Amino acid sequence: MNNQIPVQRTDTVLLDVKHIQKTFPRGDGNELLVLEDVNLTLKPGEIVGLLGRSGSGKSTLLRLIAGLSDPTGGNINYLGQAIDGPAAGISMVFQSFALFPWLTVYENVALGLEALELPRDEIRRRSLAAIDLIGLDGFESAYPRELSGGMRQRVGVARAIVVHPNILLMDEPFSALDVLTAETLRTDFLDLWSEGKMPIKGVVLVTHNIEEAVQMCDRILVFATNPGRIVSSIEVTIPRPRDRLDPAFAAMVERIYVEMTAKPGRGSAPRFERVLGSGIDTFLPHVSTNLISGLIETVAAAPFLGKADLPEIASELSLEIDDLFPVVETLQMMRLADVEGGDLRLTPEGMAFADSAVDERKRMFSRLLLTHVPLAAHIRRILDERASHSAPKSRFLDELEDHMSPDSAEETIRAIISWARYAEAFAYDDAATSFSLENPA
Amino acid sequence: MPQNTTAWSTGSRGAPSRFDLIAILLVVGFLAFLGAASRGVLAPITTLDASPVSLDPTFLPGYVARTTLRMFAALGLSLLFTFTYATWAAKSPRAERILVPILDILQSVPILGFISVTIVFFLSLAPGRVLGAELAAVFAIFTSQAWNMAFSFYQSLRTVPTELTEAARSFRLSGWARFWRLEVPFAMPPLIWNMMMSMSGGWFFVVASEAFSVGSTTVTLPGVGAYIALAIAHKDLHAVGYAIAAMFAVILLYDQLFFRPLVAWADRFRFEQEVSGKPPTSWVFDVLSRSVWVARFRRQLRRGWANTAAIVKSAPKAIRFESREHTRRLDLVATLFVLVIVVVSVWKTAVFLAPELTWADIGTTFGQGAITMLRVFVLILLASLLWVPIGVYVGLRPDVARVIQPLAQFMAAFPTNLLFPVAVMGIVTWKLNANIWLSPLMILGTQWYILFNVIAGASAIPGEMRSVGTNLRVRGWLWWKRIALPAVFPYYVTGALTASGGSWNASIAAEVASWGKDHVKADGLGAYITDATVAGDFHRIVLGVVTMSLYVLIINRLLWRPLYYYAERKFRLA
Repeated sequence: MNNQIPVQRTDTVLLDVKHIQKTFPRGDGNELLVLEDVNLTLKPGEIVGLLGRSGSGKSTLLRLIAGLSDPTGGNINYLGQAIDGPAAGISMVFQSFALFPWLTVYENVALGLEALELPRDEIRRRSLAAIDLIGLDGFESAYPRELSGGMRQRVGVARAIVVHPNILLMDEPFSALDVLTAETLRTDFLDLWSEGKMPIKGVVLVTHNIEEAVQMCDRILVFATNPGRIVSSIEVTIPRPRDRLDPAFAAMVERIYVEMTAKPGRGSAPRFERVLGSGIDTFLPHVSTNLISGLIETVAAAPFLGKADLPEIASELSLEIDDLFPVVETLQMMRLADVEGGDLRLTPEGMAFADSAVDERKRMFSRLLLTHVPLAAHIRRILDERASHSAPKSRFLDELEDHMSPDSAEETIRAIISWARYAEAFAYDDAATSFSLENPA
Repeated sequence: MPQNTTAWSTGSRGAPSRFDLIAILLVVGFLAFLGAASRGVLAPITTLDASPVSLDPTFLPGYVARTTLRMFAALGLSLLFTFTYATWAAKSPRAERILVPILDILQSVPILGFISVTIVFFLSLAPGRVLGAELAAVFAIFTSQAWNMAFSFYQSLRTVPTELTEAARSFRLSGWARFWRLEVPFAMPPLIWNMMMSMSGGWFFVVASEAFSVGSTTVTLPGVGAYIALAIAHKDLHAVGYAIAAMFAVILLYDQLFFRPLVAWADRFRFEQEVSGKPPTSWVFDVLSRSVWVARFRRQLRRGWANTAAIVKSAPKAIRFESREHTRRLDLVATLFVLVIVVVSVWKTAVFLAPELTWADIGTTFGQGAITMLRVFVLILLASLLWVPIGVYVGLRPDVARVIQPLAQFMAAFPTNLLFPVAVMGIVTWKLNANIWLSPLMILGTQWYILFNVIAGASAIPGEMRSVGTNLRVRGWLWWKRIALPAVFPYYVTGALTASGGSWNASIAAEVASWGKDHVKADGLGAYITDATVAGDFHRIVLGVVTMSLYVLIINRLLWRPLYYYAERKFRLA
């Protein structure tokens, strides 16, 4: 491998992202703000992690850096030059691997070099070297469909590094793999990185997995949603190779959980403040009532007995933060639980819920839903007032869309429908797309 | 579709709403249409001569209605055929071995060549009645619609997920119940898609089958096809314009009133659990599903339907779709039976053809076939060079695709034989070479299959895959060679296969065309069959049709099918 870069920190900056803002046009003519005032620098020898939940704009930021779309405000400098379209020294690894099924492993890897119009034998030499480096020796003539997920993502990495980029962008590169394979790929990648064998100078990694961020990154930028923004920057100084069982590792994971679930006033928490002090315009995550009951039961039972550490509960239930946080938020909103310092604690109602049988649970849930979820109370009031005791879904959808994107409005309505059905608070007829007070025949 | 924001009363209250009113209007309108259109079917055939087709545009709506009714009658027949033939093939391994190849061969028989052979038969079925001619026309349309529907249904029945079949069996559903509760719903979405394709293809043949002469027998059924034939004979450009406008209107109408509601309704039968993209919507479907009266009618219908299960229980096993034990001896009997039929039909054909035809005749038809084949291939190539880049361009731009895609499907439904006279006028006026300038007519109606399949293929390329190309800065020819062309290839093959088959069929109408007294003729198998039809020479019609079937069959087996499997294996995006 030529031009090996010794991994060392210098003061030169690879990438400088300043005051980035990104909006998307909405159907109603207004704009949806997905990134607000985002700043980021990447130095040689650094792995920077962008950690946040889905919808926090971290993948959007990565696409901006890759030159795949343009920011609405602010600027991105790569080696002192403003980025305008895809830059030569920046390449990307995709979540879904994005290999071309009609090209062999070799052809997939060689594609980037062909685009550079290099001589044939150089393309051949460098492609084979990259395939060799990433541990795919012997698979050159295989087609992607013949490979396992892990092997496919190795091809994805080889394809990205074969062009000798200065910056490697990784968009949740291991999240489509099973736990064991993901772990193997992570450690292999980190080994190559630490040994300085990869022809790259810096990495930006998007992830929603806290452990992965702590294991891989030198610096973690925590994103909040609505709009997407960076709420904190955490240096990870644990020496490599990092061990998950190391107390320092666990403490770092715990700290990030606290950061990501803290209440407002402490400067971070994403959606929690909006959920807690809410009107009918609040976004509601579509969380299954099974998950709500399941989480309450788990926390109420031994060994937690009403109070659980979020990282522990996440690994106990093998839930990613994208799955866990919406449930936690829902529990908070319904006053079934509180979150404090990275711990989830059931309220007396929550404990009572855990001890109840199905019918009693439904009654409790109905009461809490109509008390603490303004949208549910609103729909119920309208249905009570009308002579027909029915109202179209679109009526409420329109109201919600004044405050949020059509997708969020749709998800909010779906959440309300499934909760109200469980609580038997009111009914919904999908064929007629209308709410009513009676159950359909 | 605009969302409704005002209140209405739901079904359970029982009060009629404006949806009931609209629903009633739709139903009454349909019944009136049916009555008006079918008037005269049972009349004696002499009435056709007594009240000949008129070029007065006020008659046109009536003609369009008659034509549309024929289309739907044929569609009904095709469904009946699909539910019986395809089910039989899927349920009985013994029948499958012979039924599926037969279907494959039927698919390659040129329908327009067929009409002349069948029309005499149907006229003899209902002698002296219009009904016979109507049946012949409906049968011609049926043969253009049924095969791909049956194939689609057969494929679906073969691919019902094992889990669902096992669930149905563990609930001890009878074969009959399993068929209607599981298999038909599962097969519904692809079947409806194929019905739409069939309907589109059918217009070409309905237009061709309404004004027909075999030797001295001339049949003119009131309809758009007859209207256009008369307009051509009288060189009436205005009338041609009216007919084209009427066709546009009717295609738009049946799409809105029939297929869109059907597609919206069938969306619930899609097997995939997760929601992908926006579900299809239809205002007609919304109106019908919100109407109290329609709901009541549906309940009655369902109750009546439930009774069928009891009736069927007492029926013999074969009708109940229960599998019977099958023995080697029965297998042998079946094979022998098929063999006897094959031998007899080959013998009959030979005896029919042999005394009248010489080896030279056979040589001639094959030579003519080669000319038509060359023409089809060149046209497909030209159409591909034009439409593949355009299709890729459109498919990668969702905004443009949303406009172009329905337009292309619409164009595919438009019976292009309405436009043939224009070409003839041009050829006669400028004294052009008919062998070259008649050719484009063959692909005029079928090229759209290439376009809309390529559009579908390009828009199916995953976003991340396109990003890879951008990220690695793959551009120009390298981009076409490595990314765009391979990605659309499986879709392109499907489109080109359909276009090729359609063009062979169209050659019968396109290699000979006329405008008033001007007749223009090209060399080719299509012209050969048309000439034989006009002359009433049944031996040469049969020879021509058999030769064309052979050509299509062999090209499918040697070219399209291997290409299709290759594309599926290598290029299909997982």
